[in-house]
Amino acid sequence: MASPKPAAPARTGFLSPAWLKSSGEGWTLLAMIALVCVVLVLISGQAQTNLTILQVAWQQNIQLLLDGLFIGAIFALAAYGLALVWGVMNVKNLCQGEYVIMGGYIAYYLYANDIHPFFGLPIAIVFMFGFGWAVYVLVIRRVIDRDLFTSLLATFGIAIVLQQGLNLIFGPEVQTARSGLPTATVTVGGGAFTFAWIKLTAFLMCGALALAVVIFMKRSRMGQAIRATAQDARAARVMGIDTDRVYAFTYSLNAAICGAAGVLIAMIWVIQPFYGITHSIRSFVIVTAAGFGNLPGVIMAGLGLGVAEQYSGFVLGADFQQATVVGLLLLVLIWRQIIENRHRRVVE
Amino acid sequence: MTGKRLELPGYLLLAVFGVIAPLVFPAYVQQIAMLWIMIVFALTWDTMGGQMGYNSLGNIFFFGAGMYIAAVCQIWPWYDVGEYTDPSGSLTTSFTTDQYFLGLALGVVLAAIGSVVLAALFGLIVFGLRGPYFAIGTLGMAIAAGELIGAWDWIGGGGGIRLPVFPSGTDAEPLFRVPFGDIQSADLQGVFFYWTCFVLAVLTFLFLRWLYRTRFGLMLNAIRDDETKAEALGVRTQLYKTVAWSISAFFLGISGALFGNIIGFMEPLEVAFPTVTFGIFMVLMALLGGKGTLWGPVIGATLFHIIKEVTWTHLLGWQWVVLGLLIVVTVVFFQQGIVGWLQERRPEWFGIEVDRGTAGQRADAEAAEALEAALDDAGGPAREPVR
Repeated sequence: MASPKPAAPARTGFLSPAWLKSSGEGWTLLAMIALVCVVLVLISGQAQTNLTILQVAWQQNIQLLLDGLFIGAIFALAAYGLALVWGVMNVKNLCQGEYVIMGGYIAYYLYANDIHPFFGLPIAIVFMFGFGWAVYVLVIRRVIDRDLFTSLLATFGIAIVLQQGLNLIFGPEVQTARSGLPTATVTVGGGAFTFAWIKLTAFLMCGALALAVVIFMKRSRMGQAIRATAQDARAARVMGIDTDRVYAFTYSLNAAICGAAGVLIAMIWVIQPFYGITHSIRSFVIVTAAGFGNLPGVIMAGLGLGVAEQYSGFVLGADFQQATVVGLLLLVLIWRQIIENRHRRVVE
Repeated sequence: MTGKRLELPGYLLLAVFGVIAPLVFPAYVQQIAMLWIMIVFALTWDTMGGQMGYNSLGNIFFFGAGMYIAAVCQIWPWYDVGEYTDPSGSLTTSFTTDQYFLGLALGVVLAAIGSVVLAALFGLIVFGLRGPYFAIGTLGMAIAAGELIGAWDWIGGGGGIRLPVFPSGTDAEPLFRVPFGDIQSADLQGVFFYWTCFVLAVLTFLFLRWLYRTRFGLMLNAIRDDETKAEALGVRTQLYKTVAWSISAFFLGISGALFGNIIGFMEPLEVAFPTVTFGIFMVLMALLGGKGTLWGPVIGATLFHIIKEVTWTHLLGWQWVVLGLLIVVTVVFFQQGIVGWLQERRPEWFGIEVDRGTAGQRADAEAAEALEAALDDAGGPAREPVR
C-alpha cells in the first residue's frame, strides 16, 4: 500500500524569479557573474592578444604549466602547515605568509653573505620552529579557547609586526637568493621555453619535506598525539596527552614548514617584506578548497592554484596575479557557503 | 546602554573640544580633522562588528570607493578623466572656485550613494559567509579592489590621481570672511576640511545613537546573538545585514571623499585601500574602546589616534611594529575594551543595576563551591574542548 508521501518541494527553474527569491544563492551568483563580466570587459583587449600568443607560440604553455606546478607545490607545502594548525587547534593563522617570507629572508641572508642558500633549509626549519614556539607561548596559547575572530585578529597583528620588522631590517626591495644552478633553454617544435634546474630541485626538496612530515605524523609518538588531539582534545587529555604541548608543537611545526617553503620560494622566485599577505591568502584558498585532513586535496589545490596564477599572470597581465588569488579566495569561500546552505536546507 | 551620568559631560567635552580645537591648536588642524575621520571609521565598523557581530576586515573598501568616486566626480564635469590622469601630465588644469566646490559637493553626494550601491551589491556576495569566513572574505574583497583599481588606467592606475587644488582666493577677495579676521589661504583648506570632518563625525554619531535605540538596532543585536534563531523568528536577516552595511558604507564613502581632498593625492594601495593600516585600525579602535557600545569606538579612536601620533614622532621607523604589537596586546589581553571594562567595574555608571543583596551573595557562594568541586574532580583547571 502506497503511503502518502510528503509533498516534494516545488521545483523552481534556474534563474527564475521564484528561485532567486527562495535562495540567497541565486542573487549571489548573479552578482558574481555581473562582477566577473565587468572585470572581463575592462581587460578584454589585452587578454585577447595574450591568448593569441598562447595559441601561436604553444611552447609558452609548457613554460606556464611547469612554472605553475613547481611554485604550486611550495604553496601546497605552506598550506599543509595551515591545515595542520587549523585542523588541530582551530586557529586561523593569518601570519602564515609572514613565516614563509621570514624563511625566505634566512635564505637571502645566507646568499648575501656568500653562503649557498641550500643551507638555509635546515637553518630555517630550526629557527622557525623556535620562533613558532615563542609566538605560541606569548600569544597563541591565550587565544586558542577564544572565539575565532580573536585568533584571526591576533595573528593578523603578528603579521603586521613581522612584515614591518622585516621591512626595517632588510628594506622594501624585492630580493631573491640565487642558487647558481644552470638554466637550460629547451627547444620543442620550433619554439623554446626555459627550464631552470633550481625549480626542479626545489620541487623535489618540497616533495621530500612533505613526505617527511607525513611520515612523522603517521609514525612518531608526537604525530600520533597531534592526530589524537585533532580528533578529540578532551579525550586526548583524559588519555594523558599533554595537549598544551601538542598545540605548541603543532604551531611550531607549522612555522618550520613555512620557513622551509620560504627558503625554496626565495630560491626560485622573489621575496619582499609585504608579500606575506598574498602567501597567507594562497594558503587559505588551498585549505578552504581542499578542507583539512585531506592531503591529496591540498596537493591538488596547491598545484592548481600555482598553474592558475601563472596563466592569469600571463593572460591578464602581472597586475592581476594577486587579484586572481584573492578572486579565487572569494569564489572558494562562496562555493563552500553555497554547499553548506544546500546541506542545511536538506537537513531542514 | 550608555550611562546617564557620563553621557552629558561626554557630549559637552566633545562639542567644546571640536569647536575650539582649530582655534587653540592651529598647527594640528589636519591631525584633529583626521581624528574625526578615525572616529567615523570606528563607529561605522562597530555598526557591523560590535552591534551585528559581523567582523569585517574589508570595510576600508568603501573608504577607497568613496575616494575614487568623488575624485572622478570632481574632474569629470570639466575635463576628460582619462586625459587628466594621464601620467605624462600634458593636460594643464585649473579649477575655478565655483567649479571646485560644485565638484566637491557632487563628489561627496555621489560617493555616499555609490558606496551604498556597492555595499548592497557586495552584500549579496559576502553575506552568505559567516564568522571568520566573513572576515577573510571581506579582507580579500578590499585587497582585490586595490589591485584592480591599480590596473585601471582610466582613473590613473597605480600612479593615482592628484585632486583639484583647493581654491586660494586673493587677499583683496578672500574666500570666506570670518569674525576673527581672514584666514590665510594656506590654512583655509585645513580649516574647511576640519569643519566638514567634524560635522561628519557628529552626524555619524547622532545617527547611530538614534539607530541603536530603534527596533532596527534590536534586530542587529538579534543577528549578533544568534542569527539562525533570529531568522527562525522571522527577522529578515539578509535585508538587515545589507542595510547595516549600507549605513557603514554611506558614512565611510563620505569620509573617503573628504580624506582624498585633504591629502590632495590618491593612489590605490597606500591611500585609497590601505587594508593593513586604516583597514585594521578601525577594528583595533573599536576593540580598544569597547565594541558593541556607542561610546567605545569614540574613546578608542581618540586614544588610538593620540598613541599613533605620538609614536609617529618619537619612534621613527618602529611605529608600525609598535602598532602591530598594540593590536596583539589589545586583542589578547584587553578584548572587552575600555568601556566594556568600565561596565564591568562600575555598572552603576551605566544605569545597570546589579543585585548585591542576599540572593546575589548566596548565588556567589554556591558558584564558588561548585567550581571548587569541579576543580577537585578534574584535578586541575579544565580547559574547554577545542571544537
